[in-house]
Amino acid sequence: MKGKLGWLKKVWWAFLPAILLLFGQSKAQGIEADFSGYVGYSYQHFLHDGLYENQRAGFPSFSFEPELNLSWDEGGQSLNATGFVRINFRDASRTHVDLRELYWQKVKNNWELSVGVKKIYWGVTEAVHLVDIINQTDQLETFDGEQKLGQPMVHYSLYSPIGTIDLFYLPYFRRRAFPGEHGRLRTPFILEKEDIGFESDMEETRPGFALRWSNYVGIFDIGLSHFYGNGREPLFIPGSENEGVFNVFYPVINQTGMDLQATTGPVLWKFESIVRQSANQDMFAMDAGIEYTIGNVGGKGLDIGLIGEYLYDDRGDLALSGLQSDLFTGARLAFNDVQSTEFLFGTIIDMERSTKLISVEGSRRLGESWTFDVEMRLFEDVSDQEFLNFFRRDSFLQFTLERHF
Amino acid sequence: MKYLKTLSTALALLFVVGINTKPQAQTPEARGLQIAKSAEEADLGFESSKVNLIMILTNKHGQESTRNMSTLTLELTEDGDKSLIVFDSPKDVKGTSTMTFTHKVGSDDQWLYLPSIKRVKRISSDNKSGPFMGSEFAYEDLSSQEVEKYTYKFLKEEKINGVDTYLVERDPVDPKSGYTRQLVWYNKDNYRLEKIDFYDRKNELMKTLTYSKYKQYFNKHWRAGEFLMENHQSGKKTKLIFEDYEFKIGLTDADFTQNSLRRVGS
Repeated sequence: MKGKLGWLKKVWWAFLPAILLLFGQSKAQGIEADFSGYVGYSYQHFLHDGLYENQRAGFPSFSFEPELNLSWDEGGQSLNATGFVRINFRDASRTHVDLRELYWQKVKNNWELSVGVKKIYWGVTEAVHLVDIINQTDQLETFDGEQKLGQPMVHYSLYSPIGTIDLFYLPYFRRRAFPGEHGRLRTPFILEKEDIGFESDMEETRPGFALRWSNYVGIFDIGLSHFYGNGREPLFIPGSENEGVFNVFYPVINQTGMDLQATTGPVLWKFESIVRQSANQDMFAMDAGIEYTIGNVGGKGLDIGLIGEYLYDDRGDLALSGLQSDLFTGARLAFNDVQSTEFLFGTIIDMERSTKLISVEGSRRLGESWTFDVEMRLFEDVSDQEFLNFFRRDSFLQFTLERHF
Repeated sequence: MKYLKTLSTALALLFVVGINTKPQAQTPEARGLQIAKSAEEADLGFESSKVNLIMILTNKHGQESTRNMSTLTLELTEDGDKSLIVFDSPKDVKGTSTMTFTHKVGSDDQWLYLPSIKRVKRISSDNKSGPFMGSEFAYEDLSSQEVEKYTYKFLKEEKINGVDTYLVERDPVDPKSGYTRQLVWYNKDNYRLEKIDFYDRKNELMKTLTYSKYKQYFNKHWRAGEFLMENHQSGKKTKLIFEDYEFKIGLTDADFTQNSLRRVGS
């Protein structure tokens, strides 16, 4: 536990005096404080027996996400903290604590400076999030990679007539964590976080740097970014001796990304692409597509969004995502009712192989402060040529009930 | 030559004044437009504003549901206003915010911020007839009411609830609007809105919006403390209560960026 959370404790102790000082002064200095968050219960049920021994089928778990925001100096300065806890009763490896955010921010005229642990999102597409690289993926939380671990950083952002410039200094790297022996959606061998090493001798302490320019002109929203540092995704290099044996490590990468969206009436045209270079592998990937929304169908308030995206990754069989040449189609249904009922249906079909991924996500508010979510993911006819083959018997259904405060 | 120019200016002025003192000489369209412009002029110069909103939704069985949000607005004259809306409740959408750049002509630009994944999304502003947060207000009912978004026709002068008003019909220019026409009652003294009837695409009376609890700020700007929207077709209604209005709070374009959208939501 000490090894896992050591860095987190250091950050916490560094900020604690500041927080206490702020609370102490809050009455005198006009500090605005806001506490919110949720507690949740989830049950994940796998439809088939696992591929490997000792894998379980049902996973109950609890989650808790508290958030505290303090602002003073008439909103010019703030301290934002978000924690996250997951307690999984059947797969101990999925039980984890994370500091999603803990940063101080100063805002003045057209610039802002943030220091601490923060989450940053870049990109426009729905099926994959290629350009989004600042934060490590929280592999234990979601299959779609939308949950992220907090990333320590110094972030400076400047808004100017020629666009917004963002500069990042990322002093510490966070490793991915993996499911345990009893868990699902895992590889045949049990991976420990520490099993994956680094190309760089500095390991986690090798600093990362990133730069992003983004702008909005008429119908266009564009972003160009560059990242240099430890890659967030482990690199799998086939071993020289035995077939099926891989060397796995975090490489030092240079990644240039571009995201572009054109908003023309009800149609959004989306494009994301990355070029990643490292000593052992160069790659190119892209996601291009459209989203068409039919609003207020029949005057009943229902919005139907149709999404189509083509995904390409030139690593072929070595693409961890398995999305080397795939077509994503999806439909988003938003009922715009008092309970905010929403559904998202999606399929990813491999254009060259048999693999099909099907997903359904639904959510609805119950009363004023409860929400109910369903998620289903099906893996159909998974080709034995891709990494996803490890998960071919891991189709699941999940229910989540959350109380928000 | 200079004398001639002065004379023509004087004549032009006389002509303009002549029109103003004889409104009955105007076409109903010109008079309707003039009333809409006068209403816009009567509110010029608030620069920027901030207000907290409580939205109370009532279904046909009388069950209520409440939402809280706050709005920041930047007044612009060359083009439409800029605004930010931040939700505080329901708690599961706390921090969700939208930013809209209204344009006098053409589609508005709109962004949505989703705090759980820290994502800013540019969204289509086409869907203006859809309901705002499950309420009886459509997006177009709450967006900045630029004069150019409608064509006008003056109908008559009328006394409603003891108030002298001008009744003007206005038709949305945008074919994507959910309405064929609206009947708008302007207060004769100060051009503030008293009531609007909304007619749906089948030209049937759909909703009535009533403004009440007006207060005047800076001896000029009238703001209603309550909007009540009643849907005659569904039997549902939505009340909007405005609290703690602040004006001229020094906001600039730099307060309406994607960075500000992220900040207000966190």
